[in-house]
Formats: sequence, structure tokens, C-alpha cells
Amino acid sequence: MTQMTFARAINAGLRKSLENDPKVILMGEDIGTLGGVFRVTDGLQKDFGKHRVVDTPLAESGIMGTAVGLAYRGYRPVVEIQFDGFIYPAFDQIVSQVAKLHYRTQGAVKMPITVRVPFGGGIGSPEHHSESPEAYFTHTSGLRVVTVSNPQDAYTVIQQAISSDDPVLYFEPKRRYHDKGEVDESVDLATALPMDRARVLAEGTDVTLVAYGPLVKTARDAATAASDEGISIEVIDLRSLAPVDYATVEASVRKTGRLVITHEAGQSGGLGAEVAASITERCFYHLEAAPVRVTGFDIPYPYSKLEMHHLPGLDRILDGVDRALGRPNSLSGLEG
Amino acid sequence: MSTDEAGHGGTTPGGPGNSAGIHGAGRYLIQLVTPAGERISHPEFDPWVQDITDERLCSLYEDMAVVRRIDVEATALQRQGELALWPPLLGQEASQVGAGRALRDDDFVFSSYRENGVAYCRGVDLTDIIRVWRGNASAGWDPYTINMATPQIIIGAQTLHATGYAMGIQNDGADSVAVTFFGDGATSEGDLNEAMVFAASFQAPVVFFCQNNHWAISEPVRLQSHIQLADRATGFGIPSLRVDGNDVLAVMAATRVALDRARNGGGPTFIEAVTYRMGPHTTADDPTRYRDANELEDWAAKDPIDRVRSLLDRKGLLTEELQQHVKDRADAVAREMRNGCTSMPDPEPLDIFKHVYSSPNSWLDRQQDHYSRYLASFGDPAGATTQEGAR
Repeated sequence: MTQMTFARAINAGLRKSLENDPKVILMGEDIGTLGGVFRVTDGLQKDFGKHRVVDTPLAESGIMGTAVGLAYRGYRPVVEIQFDGFIYPAFDQIVSQVAKLHYRTQGAVKMPITVRVPFGGGIGSPEHHSESPEAYFTHTSGLRVVTVSNPQDAYTVIQQAISSDDPVLYFEPKRRYHDKGEVDESVDLATALPMDRARVLAEGTDVTLVAYGPLVKTARDAATAASDEGISIEVIDLRSLAPVDYATVEASVRKTGRLVITHEAGQSGGLGAEVAASITERCFYHLEAAPVRVTGFDIPYPYSKLEMHHLPGLDRILDGVDRALGRPNSLSGLEG
Repeated sequence: MSTDEAGHGGTTPGGPGNSAGIHGAGRYLIQLVTPAGERISHPEFDPWVQDITDERLCSLYEDMAVVRRIDVEATALQRQGELALWPPLLGQEASQVGAGRALRDDDFVFSSYRENGVAYCRGVDLTDIIRVWRGNASAGWDPYTINMATPQIIIGAQTLHATGYAMGIQNDGADSVAVTFFGDGATSEGDLNEAMVFAASFQAPVVFFCQNNHWAISEPVRLQSHIQLADRATGFGIPSLRVDGNDVLAVMAATRVALDRARNGGGPTFIEAVTYRMGPHTTADDPTRYRDANELEDWAAKDPIDRVRSLLDRKGLLTEELQQHVKDRADAVAREMRNGCTSMPDPEPLDIFKHVYSSPNSWLDRQQDHYSRYLASFGDPAGATTQEGAR
């Protein structure tokens, strides 16, 4: 076990992938000499060379489209999109090419591309630097979408993503980059929890609280706070956003009878809606209350002085838990 | 940009500013055979087609005639309701055969949907050409069997794939080349412009082959560009050639120049093949709504197949025997394609779920399970099962 930051854990995972497979190639803006604006790729170009850790021109569609060509040639490109809000110029290549080429060619052409995207807010940046665009991609068939919440998963899942023959969007909660944790670098990828599985982080009996990425830590803090009031929250780190591991969520809800899901992304058409609908379909008669969503609002990402109003925090999550439990809450007295 | 450039004016080699046909604005068209079929000498490009013997010239003629026959047959199949759609290449045979026959087997092609002539040169199975257009598949063939990606429908997207593939060739230390085909409309797309940035920055072994057929559905090329398309490449630091796209020898020579540069570490080249789309954009299009009949007539006079026939005639090679051979071959190919089309088995309903992912996916597996139960319910009056997966 080694203690390291979240960013360093991703770096270590990338390094391992570069070492293990000569076809792995990193591409992105400022990832080489600079080591990335968040230093996630620090030192990798120096150790693996400019042909394997490639500083690209500033053209996101160009990066994604050339990654497709490299994949055609048998490479495993790992693309860094510098910030969440910069991914849209690459949207067409991701949605129309990366996601669909395997289907289009009836499996002849594999697209083992990993797209690393620092996402989420809470770092005091201007717009385009704090977005949560995951639902655009979970709605796109052919992609796998994952996010991680701690250094160990960051280290393990980045390697699982790179070794996957399917394209994977790997969302990195940038406000957690400096969080530290223990990482076992000798982890066996084959026996580690598969990347498309959720993980129950804390067992509980009263409410199931589903979170992912940056809000997992917030959710755990909320569970700790709630336990002081005698409320037992089961916290699930979703990890995989497409596909969602409904079996794990369903098993929990069948036990607790109540579901709260939280994410930074806006509410409408978001992951929370999908989870609420699917769980309702699967175990409606085990639900004691309607599923509750605690999410960002349907607004463009706001200026940073007000971002704490947009981002679900511990208190808003607990307010949602109170709603699920039928306890007094901010919406008491309102229908629904 | 006038549309009669490929036949008139400015085509004399050796004139001012003609050195290499590379660089410089308002350049002349590289031409080795005039529309009347006269072989004109060109000290710079002649060496690149020196190996084209009479026999090989006849073979190029055959290729072009067969490609046209494929196109005409596919159009007929569409009119007869056997294909949903077909994008004709009528008039572009010299561009596609000249370029297609310049390639090595280990080169890799990334094309749009109109390059069926290139696909023929790559050795595609004829049934595979029409699989997509019959609605039986999203792509007709395994790209690795003929080293040609299946047709790209998003305009210009494939130019980036070619550039990335070329970067891979470079990393591998190989001397093959990625060649991308696109039209004049694609030159306005961001993807092509980004591809040229990447290709130039990394000096990737890629050839950008633009068939300027003068029309992007209903939009004339002057709407895409205020300058000659070949001149756009100059701004990216990419050498370019402007070639008579209805002259199969000139196209082959230009393509070989570009391939040779790429193989020898000289990086990308942009070729503008000036040709003309004599048919509609697709069988669903009606060009009489936007195109002057006189323009079509002008270009018919520069027909690429007539041109090579005239050349063969001048050389005394257009024998009855050759013509009969070419006709027989074209008929046989058309027959094979038609038979392949009408005898193609329909896909199975659950095929829609195949190959979305390369490994199991819980969302999709559930949907497939439910849909197969739904389908089965029609064959089973007892109704759907109530097993676990049906919830």
C-alpha cells in the first residue's frame, strides 16, 4: 500500500498501462512537456517519449478523430480532454464514430479508446471548467461511462478502461485530485471489481443513497452525520454510469425501501432520472416512498461565487434523505 | 471558379509558374491526355506513368468501364426497388480508378460513400458494395480484408481517421500510406481542416484526395471556397497538386507523386482532382432543380471514359476484341452484383443487438431479453413468461 493523491493514482495507472502494452498511446493538449494542467500525466512523456505521450494541436475533434485512426491501426489511445466543457468539439467523433464503429463494422473494427475527462465543479473556475456532461454520453449506445471516487479505484479503473475493447469515457472528479488515499499498486485487474459494477461503501438500513464521482465523499459525510441522528444510510458509489449496475442498487433498495440519488449535473434527463425510473420499474412494491433526486439545477454552470448553491452539499443531501423518510424537510407541506 | 477548367485553357505544361505544379495560386491543371484523347507530354509527370504499357492502359479502360457499369446497374437496382438508395459516381471514374490503381495493397483507404470505384480497385466483393444500400447492414465489409474503411457518411470525418492511421504507420516505422477521399463540400468541414493541421504538424504519411465534382448536393463549389481548393492546402504547409480528374493517367501520376512523398518521409500531400458529378447526389436527388443542363453537356464532352477510348483509338488499340472483352467483363460483374443483391438473405430481428459492445452489457442484455420475449409472444399464445428477466 502506498499513500498517494487521486491525481498521482491516475498517473500511476497510466504509467502501468504504458509499461504493459506498447500499443497504449496518450494524446492531449499540454499532457507532455507540462504534464497536463492538473499534472495527471506528469513525467510520462519524459519516460515514454513523444510518440507515446503526444502533445497535440488544440483541436478536440482532431484529437478524437486521429485517435479513431490510431485505433484502426491497432493502437489503444488514451485521450485527455483538458476540461469537461471542452469536449463538445469532439462530440461528433465520439458519438458518430468512436461509439458506433464496432457496431457499424459488425465487430471487425475495435475502438479501445479511453477518454479521460476531468469533470465537475467546486474549484472556483469560470464556466466551461466545472461541467458534468456525463448524461450526453450515457445516452449514447456503444460507449461505456465510468467515474471514480477514490485513489484506489482511480488507479484500478483507469487500467481496466484502457484494457477494455470498448470505448470508455473515464470521468475524473477534479475537485478530488488532491485527496489522498491508500493505493495497492499490485492489484490484480482480473480479480478486482469489474468497472461496470457499483460498490456499497457503507451498509445501512433506512435509506439507499446513490452517488458517483465527486459527491461520493459528500454522501459518505452525510451518512456519518445522519448516523448521529440515528438514521442508517446505505451509501452506493455507482462507479459505472453506463451501464448502471442496477442489480446492486436494486438489492439495496429492496432492503431499505427508500432511494436518494445525487449528482452535480442538472436534474432533467440526468442519471438520477434514469436510476429512479429503472429502480421504480424493478422494485416498485418495495419502495416506501418516491425516489428523491438531489442534483444541480437546470442552469448553465454558474459563476463560482454562487456555485455552492448549485452543487449538492451535505445539508441538501440530508434534506433529500428527510424527504425520502417523510421527516420534516424543506418541502414539507408541498404535494409530492 | 468556372466549370470548364478541366477541358480548356491553362493546361500547357512548361508555361509560367508551372514548375512542379506545386505551390502558387491559380495553378494550371495537370493533364496528360486531352479531352480529345491526345497524349501530351509532360516532362515532370510523364515518368510517373512510364510503366503504363498499352496493355495496362487497356486494363485501366476496362476498370473504368466496369466501374461505370457497376454504377449504372446499382442505379437500376434502386429504381427497381432492390436498393433503398445509391450514390452514383458517374463521371468520376478516372479520378477513382487513377487513384485506386496507384495504391499498394498495404496502403489504407478512408473514403466517403461515393468511392465505389476505389473499392472496386481494392478488390471489394461486389455484393458487399450494395449491402448498406439495400438496408442489410451498416457497413458492407471488414475493412481489414481490403485495407479500406467502410464508407463514411459524416462529411469529412474520415480525413481525421486517415491522419490518425498515418500517425500509427509513422510510429510503426512502416512505409505504407493512408489515403483519404472526400469531396469539395468536405473542404468546409472543421474535421478536414483539423486533419490538415495534424498531418502537417506530425508530417504524417497521408494523402488528401479531394474529388472536386463541383457539387455538394445542390451547392456549387464556389459556395465552399473563394479560392481553388488545392490552394487551401498551402496555408497548412501541405504541398498540393491540381489535376484533371477526368484524365486517368494524370490522376495516377499525381497520386503516385503524393504516395512517393509520403513513403519517403515527406509528409502529406493534397490533391484536387477536378471532375464532375454527372448524376444526382443520390438516387433521391433531382439535380434539374439546381443545375444548368448546359453545364452537364459541357462536361459530357469531357467524359473520362470517352477520353481513354479516344486515346486507345489513336494508338490503334481499340479493337473489336478489346471492346467485346470489356463489355463481357462489365456484364459479368453487373450480373454478379445483381445476383448478390437479390439473393442476399434478410437479417434477423435480434441482429440489431449484435456488436454494440465487444463484451456483455447489462443494459442491452436486458433489452434484448425483453424484446426476444416480446417477439416470442407472437408465436406463443400462452403469452410472455413471468421469469426473473421479464420484470
